[in-house]
Amino acid sequence: MANWSVILNIAKTHLLTKIKQTSTAALGVTFGIGAYITLVCFMTGLNGMLDDLILNQTPHIHVYNEIEPSKKQPISLYDNVNESFNVVHSIKPKLSQKKIHNALPIIKYLEENKVVRCALPQIKTQIFYIAGSIELGGNLTGINAIDEASLFNMGDYIVEGSAEALQNTDNGILLGIGIAKKMSLKVGDRVQISPINGGVFPLKIVGFYQSGIADLDAIQSFTNIKTVQRILGEANNYITDINVKLYDIDQAVSLSKKIERQFNLTALDIKTANAQFETGTTIRNLITYAVSITLLIVAGFGIYNILNMLIYEKMNDIAILKATGFSGKDVQLIFMSQAMIIGFVGGLLGLLIGYGLVSLIDTIPFQTEALPTVETYPINMNPLFFVIGFSFAMFSTFLAGYLPSKKAKKIDPVKIIRGQ
Amino acid sequence: MSIVLEAKHINKYFKKPVMFHVLKDINFQIKKGEFVSIMGKSGCGKSTLLYILSTMDTDYEGELFLNNKLITNQSREHLSYLRNKHIGFVFQFHYLLSEFSVLENVMLPAKKLAKKSHQEIEHDAMEKLKMLNIDHLALKRASRISGGEKQRVAIARALINNPSIIMGDEPTGNLDSHNAENVFNIFERLSNEQGLSLLVVTHDGDFAKKTDRIIQMEDGKIMT
Repeated sequence: MANWSVILNIAKTHLLTKIKQTSTAALGVTFGIGAYITLVCFMTGLNGMLDDLILNQTPHIHVYNEIEPSKKQPISLYDNVNESFNVVHSIKPKLSQKKIHNALPIIKYLEENKVVRCALPQIKTQIFYIAGSIELGGNLTGINAIDEASLFNMGDYIVEGSAEALQNTDNGILLGIGIAKKMSLKVGDRVQISPINGGVFPLKIVGFYQSGIADLDAIQSFTNIKTVQRILGEANNYITDINVKLYDIDQAVSLSKKIERQFNLTALDIKTANAQFETGTTIRNLITYAVSITLLIVAGFGIYNILNMLIYEKMNDIAILKATGFSGKDVQLIFMSQAMIIGFVGGLLGLLIGYGLVSLIDTIPFQTEALPTVETYPINMNPLFFVIGFSFAMFSTFLAGYLPSKKAKKIDPVKIIRGQ
Repeated sequence: MSIVLEAKHINKYFKKPVMFHVLKDINFQIKKGEFVSIMGKSGCGKSTLLYILSTMDTDYEGELFLNNKLITNQSREHLSYLRNKHIGFVFQFHYLLSEFSVLENVMLPAKKLAKKSHQEIEHDAMEKLKMLNIDHLALKRASRISGGEKQRVAIARALINNPSIIMGDEPTGNLDSHNAENVFNIFERLSNEQGLSLLVVTHDGDFAKKTDRIIQMEDGKIMT
């Protein structure tokens, strides 16, 4: 038979007359939750940004022809030395073509697969950028600019010009910013490039590319697939790489294995390619949660301590309440509700403080060469974190209040009254 | 006259530090409107008996009846309810909730009982305070009033639910003779005018003499 208005009234009076202790306890929760929100939003924001940095540009499955030695050397085919121990020195890689055989039908086949969002062809080749008598080595990749922009966020890394400009310009080139600086080129200029097998082709610069990785920007340029095919003097079925993007990244591993088996190609899935990257993300998350939970546990102990002291101070009150007809459960509820009020108020303030801090961090400028699209510190303000933070505040104060209030429930009023 | 409180063959042992037989076969009745005092030397078990009768101590043998209903072995929840509804307490040390106002202290048991609206309870509480001539203190904090006044507030609180019986554990033990007299007069008036039963443990012979009946205790037994 709980009588909430009376219980809450007593709890309120206790809390208000001990306002210093109450606010200390509530502040413990406030800082715990505030720090949790700030940390989690900031850390997951950073994680998300770093994830995007890799995931956006990286295909889920990268299909290509690997240059590698034959797995079976000729000697193993020879039956007469079957029983003996063979040593083969100076194994050379097998001579194979760079291009993917039947690339266009394979792309068509992959795009028909339901889990595949798209399969984009690329041609990678080595070239020289020619500036007068100086030849700078570099990579030229032939792409479908519009598709790359819409599916692999290529547009984020084009600092001048646009993907459309590349698509629409015959003999256009999207030049790496590093090369442009070295050669003092600007958009609209022409740059001469030369493939390994000779010849010089002037290409018109339609834009600059900046990935954020300086070494890459100093060599990498992009152009249309057709342009590369023309430079290399190859037919229009010459494709060296296929980048596959899936709807569900978790299927990358199984599909890549299937592609390897089916087409006798190398298919590298994103998880294998970026294994150490995932480890970093996991560890950062781990640290975030370890720190936040430690903060909240410390706050919980603070509440536990203060309630314990309060109950010792209020022994007489407890005895008198019990003598005048309040049951042990009522007394327990009085102290539980005090803990919960502290948790509620502290938690709510914590959410506000957390929100404030996160909003503040969100406005702090954070400019770095590596991330051309980021202007302020990245923040992931997920409502779920606020829900978790508040639930944890209520949960920890419940635990912290439960033990002392249980003690209050068990206090024998006769002992207190006779003890004086 | 109807019997308010009846004890049958009450036995109580203290088990710690050594086995000790505190109350030995206690039998008595208190009728409606009776003003009874329990006297005896320190350690004779009179307070122990009072706390058993008050239902706060449940560790005893025998049977206890309140308004002719057996209350031995009832659940703690129900005993709390009975204390709230039927028993009023006045202690030697006034035992008010020091952070609440006088009025709130008096109202608290009635709020717990929750039989009446807030306004009615407040009205009742003011009535009780007026009856005891302390209505001018109603809004003062309980920690800011004198000892004699505190004891009268405690009496008002004991009366708020119109209980069947009021129990006092040395209610005048901590008061000077003037205030003790005052408290006695209040008790007597309640007994005579309102037909309230009172059971008071006391050391004070003068106080006891003026009551309707004295229960004399010695070594855990009732002598008279």
